[in-house]
Amino acid sequence: MLTGDCMSELIPVVSDGETALSAAEIALIDAEIAHVPYRSAVAIDALKIVQAQRGWVSDESLRAIARHLRMSAAELDGVATFYNLIFRRPVGEQVILLCNSISCWIKGCDTLQAQISERLGIGLGETTADNRYTLLPVTCLGACDKAPVLMVGEELHEDVSAQSLRELLAGSGDDR
Amino acid sequence: MPTITIDGVAYEVEAGRNLLESCLSLGLDLPYFCWHPAMGSIGACRQCAVVQYQNAEDNRGRIVMGCMTPVTDGAIFSLSGDKARHFREAIVESLMLNHPHDCPVCAEGGECHLQDMTVMVGHRDRHYRGRKNTHRNQYLGPLINHEMNRCITCYRCTRYYRDYAGGTDLAAMAAHDHIYFGRHQEGVLQSEFAGNLVEVCPTGVFTDKSLVHDYTRKWDLQSAPSVCTACAVGCNTIPGERYGRLKRVHNRFNAEVNGYFLCDRGRFGAGFVNSDRALEFPGLREADGRYRALDHHDALHRMMDSCAAGKVAGIGSPRASVEANYLLRLLAGTDNFAPGFSDAEQDLVNLALRLQQQSAAVTPDIRTIESADAVLVLGEDVTNTAPRIALALRQSVRNKAYEMAAGLRLETWQDAAIRNLAQQQRSPLFIAAVADTPLDDVATRRLSLAPEGIAALGQAVAAGISGAASATPGSTSGEAVDIVAALARASRPLVIAGTGCGSAAVLQAAAEVANALCSSGRQAMLCLCVPEANSLGQAMLAGPKAPNLGALEERARAGEIDTLVVLENDLYRRGNSAGIDALLAECRNVIVLDGLDNATTSAATLVLPAANFAESEGTLVSLEGRAQRYYPLFQPREERRPSWVWLLACMKELERPDVHSLHHFDDITRACAADIPALAGITAAAPDLHYLNLGVKIPRQPSRYSGRTAMRANISVHEPKQREDEETPLAFTMEGLNRSQPGALLPWVWSPGWNSNQSLHKFQTHAGGPLKGGTAGVRLLHPGAAGGHRISDITAPATAAASAAPDLWQLVPRPRIFGSDELSALSPGLAELVVPGFIELSPADAGRLGVATGDGVDVGDGIATLEVRVNATMTTGCAGYSAGFAGSGNLAPLARVTLQRAANWQRRPQLIGSDRGNGSGSSHV
Amino acid sequence: MSLDLPLTRNVRADRSPTDLKAYEANGGYRGMKAAIGKLSPADCLQIIKDSNLRGRGGAGFPTGMKWSFVPMDDASPGHKYLICNADEMEPGTFKDRLLLECDPHQLIEGMICAAYTIQADLAYIFIRAEYHKAAELLREAIAACYERGYLGNNILGSDYSLQMQVHSSAGRYICGEETALISSLEGKRANPRAKPPFPQVSGLWGRPTIVNNVETLCNIHHIIERGADWFQGLGLTEDAGTKLYGVSGRVKRPGCWELPIGTPIREIIERHAGGMEDGYRLRGFLPGGGSTDFLTPEHLDLAMDYGTIGKAGSRMGTGTMIILDDKTCPVGFVKNLMEFFARESCGFCTPCRDGLPWSAQVLDDIEGGRGRPEDMDTLARQVEFIGAIGNTHCALAPGAMEPLQSAMKYFREDFERHISGSACPFCDGGAH
Ligand SMILES: Cc1cc2nc3c(=O)[nH]c(=O)nc-3n(C[C@H](O)[C@H](O)[C@H](O)COP(=O)(O)O)c2cc1C
Ligand code: SF4
Ligand code: FES
Repeated sequence: MLTGDCMSELIPVVSDGETALSAAEIALIDAEIAHVPYRSAVAIDALKIVQAQRGWVSDESLRAIARHLRMSAAELDGVATFYNLIFRRPVGEQVILLCNSISCWIKGCDTLQAQISERLGIGLGETTADNRYTLLPVTCLGACDKAPVLMVGEELHEDVSAQSLRELLAGSGDDR
Repeated sequence: MPTITIDGVAYEVEAGRNLLESCLSLGLDLPYFCWHPAMGSIGACRQCAVVQYQNAEDNRGRIVMGCMTPVTDGAIFSLSGDKARHFREAIVESLMLNHPHDCPVCAEGGECHLQDMTVMVGHRDRHYRGRKNTHRNQYLGPLINHEMNRCITCYRCTRYYRDYAGGTDLAAMAAHDHIYFGRHQEGVLQSEFAGNLVEVCPTGVFTDKSLVHDYTRKWDLQSAPSVCTACAVGCNTIPGERYGRLKRVHNRFNAEVNGYFLCDRGRFGAGFVNSDRALEFPGLREADGRYRALDHHDALHRMMDSCAAGKVAGIGSPRASVEANYLLRLLAGTDNFAPGFSDAEQDLVNLALRLQQQSAAVTPDIRTIESADAVLVLGEDVTNTAPRIALALRQSVRNKAYEMAAGLRLETWQDAAIRNLAQQQRSPLFIAAVADTPLDDVATRRLSLAPEGIAALGQAVAAGISGAASATPGSTSGEAVDIVAALARASRPLVIAGTGCGSAAVLQAAAEVANALCSSGRQAMLCLCVPEANSLGQAMLAGPKAPNLGALEERARAGEIDTLVVLENDLYRRGNSAGIDALLAECRNVIVLDGLDNATTSAATLVLPAANFAESEGTLVSLEGRAQRYYPLFQPREERRPSWVWLLACMKELERPDVHSLHHFDDITRACAADIPALAGITAAAPDLHYLNLGVKIPRQPSRYSGRTAMRANISVHEPKQREDEETPLAFTMEGLNRSQPGALLPWVWSPGWNSNQSLHKFQTHAGGPLKGGTAGVRLLHPGAAGGHRISDITAPATAAASAAPDLWQLVPRPRIFGSDELSALSPGLAELVVPGFIELSPADAGRLGVATGDGVDVGDGIATLEVRVNATMTTGCAGYSAGFAGSGNLAPLARVTLQRAANWQRRPQLIGSDRGNGSGSSHV
Repeated sequence: MSLDLPLTRNVRADRSPTDLKAYEANGGYRGMKAAIGKLSPADCLQIIKDSNLRGRGGAGFPTGMKWSFVPMDDASPGHKYLICNADEMEPGTFKDRLLLECDPHQLIEGMICAAYTIQADLAYIFIRAEYHKAAELLREAIAACYERGYLGNNILGSDYSLQMQVHSSAGRYICGEETALISSLEGKRANPRAKPPFPQVSGLWGRPTIVNNVETLCNIHHIIERGADWFQGLGLTEDAGTKLYGVSGRVKRPGCWELPIGTPIREIIERHAGGMEDGYRLRGFLPGGGSTDFLTPEHLDLAMDYGTIGKAGSRMGTGTMIILDDKTCPVGFVKNLMEFFARESCGFCTPCRDGLPWSAQVLDDIEGGRGRPEDMDTLARQVEFIGAIGNTHCALAPGAMEPLQSAMKYFREDFERHISGSACPFCDGGAH
């Protein structure tokens, strides 16, 4: 997988200010297309592939994917906006997915959220000024016995306490 | 027929339908939103809930959705029990949580299905105390207004737009209670059928923009049954008027023609009625070239004098009524009456008529086209020439899905299930055209071919079906094999062609394919498209021997015409401008009857203002040979008169014996029917003047027509007596009955409790079925009656097949839905969507000429200069042109012309994306 | 005690994954070998039917019966699909993750046997987006199986071929509903589909399709290898097999354990979960995830099986209990769930799309001290309006109403105290 470090180089620009898919993205999407009866069936995979490269799915990215899948931008947008883990707005370098479902709520996810907000200065759905973190609520993460839990990027953190949260977010926000 | 019990009463119902349809058909009011008779059920809104009991002992029952429940023998239901009623009320209350209650300023108010259902379920008190969700609206183009806050998320819009009409730029976005129906970005809705959203949406999310800006409530509209004049399909419409202005056009249901849907040319293309170019007074050209207004007596005398004095010739019009044309033909004499087509078109329309009259194949009505299980389209871009047929073809390709569904015993109304089952599998649809067409997305294959190639393909297919060796060996034969196989496998194959690509050979080939199918024992259908609302009627009236414009021009040059009467026809759209100039200049008197100012009226010596379709009555013959009547919805203003009135009055003044016994419109219809065998049936197109519905005429105004007494109150509190309608069975009043009369006389739909157009089911024999009083119109072509003349007995006029010189391009018409039709293109909303005239070239040809999209080319030797569009699908060697557009009048189909990069061409400034939200979608072509 | 716990025998205390080698060393892929080439699909189906295995995804539908609707042989030329539902998002449910992360091969073997039984030629594992580690492990395990000839063409030299793929989702709880899952797998919005037609005859791409839960599928090869009687014998009550049970909330040792089906609730909560945390009392619990009805301490001695819990007025659901303690506000508890379900509604049908946010709004008012007496009627009406299967297009919304309706039954005075006192008696939001 490519990393997002040099995104601007990976994403060639086509006419009209539209972006195109990179060769790597196309290769990954085409590999998915090989498994399905028609191209538009890989819509979600394609959105995820592009999001993995670019962090989020901009209008331009969305149209580039739609062109590649020979589907309309509207239809793809309908798919993209349905799923909560397709980001149609920019997110920070790391997305914090805070479980706020029932077991974590019992174990104080609201307090956790308040602590995160205080520390990073962002509420749910917001991104820190330094673009490091975006905080989003997420459905039950399937780790209720370790509540409260949250994910940072792809990493699950269990039994999160005020202490462990501080370590997790070390170097960010109000670091006193 | 299964018997079901509803609230203790046993009913026999039709098998294969769902409970909701059955209830509506029985006259029981069961509320619903997401179900639509033409689109089936998905069970989203949950409004049509009823209680179903297991058996007679079950007294609890369970809630089921009427639209999702098949009627099975012995089933027991309750509509009116508390459980079902409370549930339905709760549904409306839920739908209302976020609804803005802005009925007073909503264009749907008064004909809103949501209002009706709210009243029907008895929901009144609001319990919700939370905030409402709000949305941002989008600019969707000049035709349709978007107000998302009113949405109740029934999914009808996207089901219609995407699933039914094949549009791709409107979708459901987001999830849960944030769902939003809109475009990816603001911009013009791209579907040619977008306007039906106005009627499909049960509330005011999608409304008619022109109505929004020039508003009248439904109950204040005066309306009349009408027929769309924008193409030859003959969709039935209900135009509505107030204060002498046309406010909007709605669909008028006709089970055999348009069903529930119109195209946007038809819906939004009648705005020319309100044009400030409308002529209001007769005009006499003075020596200085200026026109002097006359009153109508004066004008009549002038006309009479001219006609009495010398040799008269008449040019009729395929956009005018049969009756007006018939009178002109009487006035001028059969030999001096040209039907008013261009010369090339006259041959083509005559041929199309003859091929259909003599074919063993059925001429399908539009609804029957939907039943075709394999389709071959030769040369005709129906979306742009006969749009409603394209919508029917989109349904025909679903027959494969219905076949698959039958295998699983799914009923046809189980819409989502059938779509999920069939996915992207479709019945075969093959299109041969000079370049891409808007139906390509559902076509099995679309072949780009020059007209001769299309004809050759058709011949090869016909030969293949007949089992003969392929007549034309060559590149097309491989394709022909697949087409032959698909058509031969089908049980209801359909062949479509038309005058649209300008080739007689293509028409001929299409007829041969259909005939070969018939000979091989299949019930084939043959649909031949013609261009205008009365093209076919005009060919029937004038007959194959009628002179064309070229012949009249010769006679004029020979001094054989003193007075030329032109009926509702801008001749400059029909032929080379030099020829028309000569024709008009050679006649001493040129009398032009028309509704709007145009190049021909400007060349007239006497102009008579003719009423348009909204102010007059007439019969039109559609492309399927259906004679249909339209009626005036309001009185023509000032000195405007229906053309038939002008012509009849003139002939009466001339004391012509042949009009001696003609007094009323109906008399003309009858005389024409008696005189012209092909039109003998037209008297049956609609009831005559004396038709009464339970003793009274049919009111043009609904019973709630309000404020009439107030309308002139600033002038006088005494209400003027309403004008008597002396020509039709309709009355300018709100008193009378609008119920169960023939479909041809349906001026509006309304029923107590059903203010919206959903009330239609009250007028149908069963929900979604034909109208109770019978379907409007009468077929003049008798499907398949000819029993199979060999089509090859008919010789097509040879197309001028000049040898294809390498530096000549063949001109091929590329009609556009918005722009190719004269009058609709003048309607304000549509006018915005009309693109400039163009020449389409293949990339190879563009390369040869050194031009790119946006450059100009000179066609021939000063015939025209048009903007280039490079089209990758265009057949090399062909130059597609914007047929019917201003600036394209001199281009003749199939002519071989030189092309050259235009020297002093100014490229149009480019619209920048941000100018209108979305640069990607601001035009319809 | 030598309990026979087939599902977790490769689960280690540190939850490290079991690779192919270790899996085979511990008897892995024997069920597959017993089936393919040895037993006919019809034989396998009969064994599963006889075993009385019921789906572990929540609804408890008999697995053999579900499979028997798949058209076989001549009745169904063309593709058929098996889908493993690994979308685990039910609030309070954390059992499938354990199986996925600790023993991916067990799932694959179960799927191969299931696919063979219905003669599917393509199997998907639909896994929720956040289970990155599990998805990675599954991909590796599948690759290993292809290499070993357990997947791909002519498995074990037979004429049976099966391809397997992992599809990682993009979020949304509704994707766990089997028909919504199919929509999502087709690349569409995850709207559920009306039944009939059932996926068994018209599912993915319109073809016959079976969707089963991870835990259900993990049982298949064990049953085929060891027989229906063995499986029947595992259960303590009339239900067969073992079950993954879990407990979360304020208990001493929240966790997930494989136990014989029918194990008494008290044993699960008190013995395995260690009983309530010090200073907390048990007020009630949802027996099987967020969309089941509350039970109370009086139900502690019931057996955790489908029938018994059903008779007590709730559902065994996913078998993972959520504990309501005496210091947590029941109104806040239900409100949290209601907000979850409202947010996760697909938005297709009215009662769910608009009714759940409305219910959440009322609960929010009550919890925030803005409740009015008539709100109780509104909630009761909402329960009746939304709560029955059939009132809505799928089972999400009726599920959402289960905790509410039972909370109004068991904890009514708590609601009323909120309203009469215009405040939450459990103070700041209820959770602490
Ligand atoms: C809203 C909703 C969410 C569901 N989520 C899941 C899920 O995450 N995992 C699961 O296995 N089943 C879930 N189900 C149940 C599935 O629809 C389906 O019944 C199950 O996957 C069948 O598997 P089984 O027969 O093996 O239990 C859900 C059902 C509903 C109504
Ligand atoms: S109950 Fe209706 S809106 Fe809710 S998730 Fe199911 S289908 Fe969607
Ligand atoms: S009309 Fe039946 S659910 Fe909408």
